Amino acid sequence: MRRLKSIGAFWYDFVVGDDWRVAVAVVAALALTALLVHAAGVNAWWLLPACVLAALAWSLRRATTKS
Amino acid sequence: MSALPLILTVFVACAVEAIEALTIVLAAGLTREWRSTYQGMAAALAVLAVIVAAVGPAITLLPLTALRLVVGALLAIFGLQWLRKAILRATGHKSLHDEASAYLREVTAAKEAVTESRGRVRDWYAFTLAFKGVLLEGLEVVFIVITFGANQRDVGAAVIGAAAAVLVIVVTGIAVRAPLARVPENAMKFAVGIMLTAFGTFWGAEGAGVSWPGHDAALLVLVPVVALVSLAYMAVLRPRGRAAAPVTDKVVSS
Repeated sequence: MRRLKSIGAFWYDFVVGDDWRVAVAVVAALALTALLVHAAGVNAWWLLPACVLAALAWSLRRATTKS
Repeated sequence: MSALPLILTVFVACAVEAIEALTIVLAAGLTREWRSTYQGMAAALAVLAVIVAAVGPAITLLPLTALRLVVGALLAIFGLQWLRKAILRATGHKSLHDEASAYLREVTAAKEAVTESRGRVRDWYAFTLAFKGVLLEGLEVVFIVITFGANQRDVGAAVIGAAAAVLVIVVTGIAVRAPLARVPENAMKFAVGIMLTAFGTFWGAEGAGVSWPGHDAALLVLVPVVALVSLAYMAVLRPRGRAAAPVTDKVVSS
């Protein structure tokens, strides 16, 4: 059980890293993009880059106001 | 898209990981003993080879759209981690990764550990230290090689970039016999973070069904935009009155 936990912790740290909110923001932005493209017919190429850069700014701000 | 950006991105990303693995291997080999260190390295490389052999062909079997969606998301998240760390380090909000002090830490721990032999391994500590170091850093190399290679349907080019990086670092390490503390590791991480984020965003959006204006040429805009915005964040976060030293590594204790 302890080994399973440490393997899970390793993969979490490997993929998600220091700020899980960034991962959530990227996944949410991708879901929203897919929704706009397939349900609303909007070629939302601009959405993911905007969300990615905003998520970076948000994460940096959180990290620097904490330190 | 030509194979050159793919090879260069993989080369720089893998060089950063190889430098970190080299620091650990040198600490194990020079402080403990080389035979067990080589055994640990060989075991880790064998595990990595099995992972590449198992995951590599399997991932290329996925439909390109699904592959780009999943891999794009992973690369964007991964790239943002690198970019975040590099910006925080460059602006003094996080301490720089210093290979010299990392090496000293490993050496101190290695000197204190007791020698215990297990099976054919004379020094279990040296074996596990080298095994863990090469495996953990190698996993990131494998991740980058597989994701970039599979997405571009050119795993061969990604492998060339990775192999060249490992070769250059190993040869330099053998020549120097010391951790590569003078390599601008943070600047390299910053550059790789930009590339991973831009490529991840590009592929992820394509996987979600987007049609990029200009198709592949959109990357020629996306990469500089991510770079410029990241540099702007860095400028904003740098404490006032501090000398401008964008991304370059100025390690205090080298």
